[in-house]
Amino acid sequence: MSLYQDLILDHYRNPRNHGTLKKATHRAAGSNPLCGDTLQMDIIVKNDIIKDVKFSGSGCAISQASASLLTEAVKKKPIKEALSMEPKDVLELLNMGLSPNRLKCGLLSLETLKSALRHKR
Amino acid sequence: MLSSKIIKLDFPIFTHHPDLVYLDSAATTLKPQAVIDAEKEYLEQYSSNVGRGLYPLAETATEKFEAVRKQVSAFIGAKGPQEIVFTAGTTASINLVAQLIEKSLFSAIPADEPESRSRIKSGMTKANIVTTELEHHSNFLPWKELARAKDATFRVVPITEDGLIDLEALRNSIDDHTRVVAFSAVSNVLGTISPVSEIVAMIKSINPKTIILIDAAQAIGHAPMDVSKWNADFVAFSAHKMFGTTGVGILYGKKTLLETLRPVIFGGGMVLDACAKKTLYRESPYCFEAGTQNIGGVIALGAAIKYIENIGRENIRVHETALTAYTLKRLRETFGKHIRIIGPGEASERGGIVAFSLKDIHPHDIAQLLGERNICVRAGEHCAAPLHRKFHLNATTRVSLSIYNDEKDIDKLVARLEEISEIMSNT
Ligand SMILES: Cc1ncc(COP(=O)(O)O)c(C=O)c1O
Repeated sequence: MSLYQDLILDHYRNPRNHGTLKKATHRAAGSNPLCGDTLQMDIIVKNDIIKDVKFSGSGCAISQASASLLTEAVKKKPIKEALSMEPKDVLELLNMGLSPNRLKCGLLSLETLKSALRHKR
Repeated sequence: MLSSKIIKLDFPIFTHHPDLVYLDSAATTLKPQAVIDAEKEYLEQYSSNVGRGLYPLAETATEKFEAVRKQVSAFIGAKGPQEIVFTAGTTASINLVAQLIEKSLFSAIPADEPESRSRIKSGMTKANIVTTELEHHSNFLPWKELARAKDATFRVVPITEDGLIDLEALRNSIDDHTRVVAFSAVSNVLGTISPVSEIVAMIKSINPKTIILIDAAQAIGHAPMDVSKWNADFVAFSAHKMFGTTGVGILYGKKTLLETLRPVIFGGGMVLDACAKKTLYRESPYCFEAGTQNIGGVIALGAAIKYIENIGRENIRVHETALTAYTLKRLRETFGKHIRIIGPGEASERGGIVAFSLKDIHPHDIAQLLGERNICVRAGEHCAAPLHRKFHLNATTRVSLSIYNDEKDIDKLVARLEEISEIMSNT
């Protein structure tokens, strides 16, 4: 089965929550130097709830689609819930398994999101 | 051109994967049956250690092992087997040279003259080590580290937009304090063929004491090669990029130079008298080969050389150049301004290597989608980060060719790239 299913391609072509937030309360950048993927997560937190989240950067379809899907999933959710997410949750969002080589691409979004939530501006 | 259909029969991997389109020979070449048989024969029929045993099996192994040293020497135009050191790969060869230089040569060159010693003390001159933007990390990091360890200046010579070493800049980087210059004969990303003999002559004319190392990992086996004509001090390459197995490398070193160097790795097989107050080591090249070597791999290398010689390196060069020209042409006419091919424009100026970026599709997506059709290419920065920075690229997709490839492989590549371009387009 191709990695490039409709869900992934849809989120790659029409990423949700793409951009930056001027009023972000939390922000972090992540990168995958080996692949050249870069990602920034901007988050507005209010009362421990993720009010808004946007991502920017560039990279392969897997890294971009996973950021799109992840931001959709955590928006309006409590911080605690986002921080408790695990790699398998992201793979569930992507609706597939990833080979070890592509795992890094798929998990960059979660790594960057968690790091942002720990970095109040 | 060679008949790739017939050549494919020599490579058993195509029996297991009849549809395989293998375009990643710069990473490692496929292995012909003759090479597999040679290693198997050693393992099955005369598996034993070399240089030590006095029984017939060990004598056979030693004989065959040493015969390959002679074969390598003749293959690259060295003056004799004493100039051939076996290592674990190109990377190991280059690191070994860096260590040998650090130990035996570094302070010996100008610092043995009282005048320059006092100049070094007063901080007026600093030694320098020169490499280029073209290099694989294997021919970059060992020198960067050596420079750091010896407080020398690390000079990285730029390449031109066409991907050639900037000869004027190189000339200006060499001075009386240049200890080492290291550069590749063929780039593993751009395929650029460097004019090795001319560059070596130029360096030696400015500073005859400079040690020169050539990274020949992508040159070996692809075209005729003569290290005596190159006149460099060291040449490094790997068996696995010339139809041999992994874990075997070759270091050519000029005999007169090797004889002056002190070993840096110690153990069995390289010593004559370990108990003497001042340890007595064997002569070169054996003093640089401590421990048990990859015997089966070296014997398989012998079969690989024989295989290449049977086909003929001239013929290999002609085949790969024609196929490179075809690849460049098909990619250009199919994708026009949407494709950016980096490196020299003409096939005659490059080895069988073509790196490109297509639209803004990430190379990992391209390689994965090609892989789904059993078309094998490499994506990333190919262990050449400085080169990718130069061209402002994070990564590229690289196609690399060998004798088992033909125009059909390229047609399959281009057809699938068209599909990928469609799949990944934003409309
Ligand atoms: C130009 C160049 N130098 C050095 C190397 C390192 O070779 P090895 O990994 O066999 O040590 C390679 C292989 O990728 C190469 O292409």
